[in-house]
Amino acid sequence: MKALSQKRRHPLALLALLMCALLLTGGLYAVATTTNQAKAADDYTASEVDEGSKLFIANCSTCHGMNGEGSDAGPSLVGVGAASVEFQVGTGRMPMQMQGPQAQVKPEQFTDEQTRQLAAYVASLGAGPAVPEDEYLDVTQGDPANGAKVFLANCAMCHNAAGAGGALTRGKYAPSLMGVDEAHIYEAMQTGPGNMPVFNDANITPEEKRDVITYLKSIDNNTDPGGFGLGSLGPVSEGLFIWTIGLLIIIGFAVWLTSRSA
Amino acid sequence: MSASTTTSTHGTSAEYQADTNVGKIANFVDTRVGLSPIIKEFGRKIFPDHWSFMFGEVALYCFIILLLSGTFLAFWFDPTMATTEYTGNYVPMQGVEMSAAYASTLHISFDIRGGLFLRQLHHWAALLFSVAIMVHMARIFFTGAFRRPRELNWVVGCLLFVMALVAGFSGYSLPDDVLSGNGLRIVDGLARSIPLVGAYISMLIFGGEFPGHAIIGRMYIVHVFIVPVIILALIVVHLFMVVVHKHTQFPGPGRTENNVVGFPVGPVYAAKAGGFFFIVFGVLAAIASMVQINAIWNYGPYDPSPVQAGSQPDWYMLWTDGALRLMPGNWPFNWEWDLFNLVSLPMAVLLPILALTVFVIGMFIWPWVERWVTKDNRVHNILDRPRNAPTRTGLGVAAMVYYGVLMIAATGDLIATHFHVAVNDVIYLLRFLFFFGPIIAFIITRRICLSLQRKDREIVLHGRETGRVQQLAHGEFIEVHEPLDEYRRYTLVSYEDAQVMPAQENAKGKITGSEKVRGRLSRFFYEDRVAPVTPTELEAAHHEHAHDVDQLESAGSTSTRH
Repeated sequence: MKALSQKRRHPLALLALLMCALLLTGGLYAVATTTNQAKAADDYTASEVDEGSKLFIANCSTCHGMNGEGSDAGPSLVGVGAASVEFQVGTGRMPMQMQGPQAQVKPEQFTDEQTRQLAAYVASLGAGPAVPEDEYLDVTQGDPANGAKVFLANCAMCHNAAGAGGALTRGKYAPSLMGVDEAHIYEAMQTGPGNMPVFNDANITPEEKRDVITYLKSIDNNTDPGGFGLGSLGPVSEGLFIWTIGLLIIIGFAVWLTSRSA
Repeated sequence: MSASTTTSTHGTSAEYQADTNVGKIANFVDTRVGLSPIIKEFGRKIFPDHWSFMFGEVALYCFIILLLSGTFLAFWFDPTMATTEYTGNYVPMQGVEMSAAYASTLHISFDIRGGLFLRQLHHWAALLFSVAIMVHMARIFFTGAFRRPRELNWVVGCLLFVMALVAGFSGYSLPDDVLSGNGLRIVDGLARSIPLVGAYISMLIFGGEFPGHAIIGRMYIVHVFIVPVIILALIVVHLFMVVVHKHTQFPGPGRTENNVVGFPVGPVYAAKAGGFFFIVFGVLAAIASMVQINAIWNYGPYDPSPVQAGSQPDWYMLWTDGALRLMPGNWPFNWEWDLFNLVSLPMAVLLPILALTVFVIGMFIWPWVERWVTKDNRVHNILDRPRNAPTRTGLGVAAMVYYGVLMIAATGDLIATHFHVAVNDVIYLLRFLFFFGPIIAFIITRRICLSLQRKDREIVLHGRETGRVQQLAHGEFIEVHEPLDEYRRYTLVSYEDAQVMPAQENAKGKITGSEKVRGRLSRFFYEDRVAPVTPTELEAAHHEHAHDVDQLESAGSTSTRH
């Protein structure tokens, strides 16, 4: 004890103390918080994991490694969770057609059953976000006004205020959210695919995620109140409209008026 | 003058008596206010018929529609930034905290009968207003209608163009949604970039730190009072000068610098223009009822933190946004300059402002630049066909490309997503085009103009190619050219043969430095030129063709041999 107290004025003592404090708070937080701790995929059967493993080796292992440990061509899938698989495979992004700035949506390669099996296998590799429960996907229980608030504060910077999508750097982009499956919206928020940040349950609670989905579905299902929406892209498509169709109509009438001499 | 004379005139029974009731009322009014001489004069004002002369009118009509629809909106719009909660029909915004300005705009859109229609009409009319102004300006520029005596009216037009931007932007900022707030944020940034006094100016505009609680009310007064009054006054001056100068006309048989060939206001153009107003109104109403514009309910109430994807200003402000987007932040070096550690010079903002200022100033002073270079101080009431002023047309297209590149630069993100290219590459390409696009456009346009002039010469000299190939008696094949009728020919040959005017000595017999520059510019303007066909050339060409035709006629018998 005396030795320790003698060293308390050591130049590095403050640094050591700071390190201890940081490690302690960080460690405690990790233990205390359960937000990123997805429930283990209890409800997957052993045979589903087995089937998933076979599908994985046949279709995914070239890039993600024989045991999902990853390679130069693809990231490790240990701990990405079932939600990630359901999103990536369920939207057709995986298996990827080719390397590029980001995975493209295409027709799904696997049936729902096979996707579930793959998810079961990847979930068995390490705990990660699980597939959302149905109650969080039920838009009849959501609050679109709160969803709008959350969406405009967190999502609209990339996905556009009306969910029409937008550009990111170097050929990457945030896709349009119109017509996207409820579960896929939820899983994307939960897992942060590609360039998207993770919005975990501490950031946006499952209820708020449901509100966001409710809001997106409400603008998806409601026709534009003002008529033809021009792709919900804002002033640029409006400007293009007035310069093309609007101006052509006016020119047409001007030609008509001046060609008819009295 | 004297009382007796006046009485005697009134006393005579010769005073005009109208037959119909309308006539009686009109006569009553006229004998009191004496408008008939003015109307008689104005009613005989002649307007030439050409579709491209109608865009100024379109702008005027849009302005009237803007006043009408704007008045309706003003009945319901609340230009304050007091916090309130929306309780209207639009579900996703119910219970959301927002400014009264935004809430009342939602209210107009969803809860007032016809409100959304009038909002959309107002906004579409604003877009068409600026389109019409711009097309009108392009027409004036490319036909040389800004030359003496109309230079000042060109300046008034430029002021109207600038005021239209101010009107549009101040209106765009009023609803206090995220998009309009982003626009104001840029204004704040531009104000702050001014060296030394920037922060003070920003504080002055916003009544404190951005966004503050004052800006919407101030914008409102600018939008509904100051700018419309200025625009109205400028329109009055603009139209007054149009009446004083009389209308320009394209060259043609019977059209001279001293007449105007066309139709009078009464009754022809009054009917045409009146009808055109309703056509423009109808077209805008149809668009407003079918095509959505500025869906402020999507953007949400203004919050300084987010900037949403696809945030752009209305089209007429795109070029200002584009200039900022084109400017590199810290490539190839840091553009944030520090003068003697005292004055901060944010060149990444100041240079784009410079790019815009150059364009606007160039626009204002162009008539004087051209007058100086060409030393042409004559009155011009006959317009140039754009091809007959190749350098001016080339420079005009170059300016359009310059403007267009800046405008497109603001839409880089949408180009990236819709054409599946990287937004970075779009910006790199546009940076290149910003510098070289105008030059390329100038060269190509001038060449096209010169080629068109050569084509005109060809047609005048040799007539129209008919595609009929005939064999002459001695076996030669010729293509039959159909001679041009003299009306068409007049239009093609009656342009001015502008020539290079080298640097001139001044009164002291000295060639000044600026005169040398002028001489060089004059060479740049007119060195490459295609002269109009002269009567002698025409005569010679006719002889040649007459010869052909003679031979053809003499060969008539042989051509039937097969």
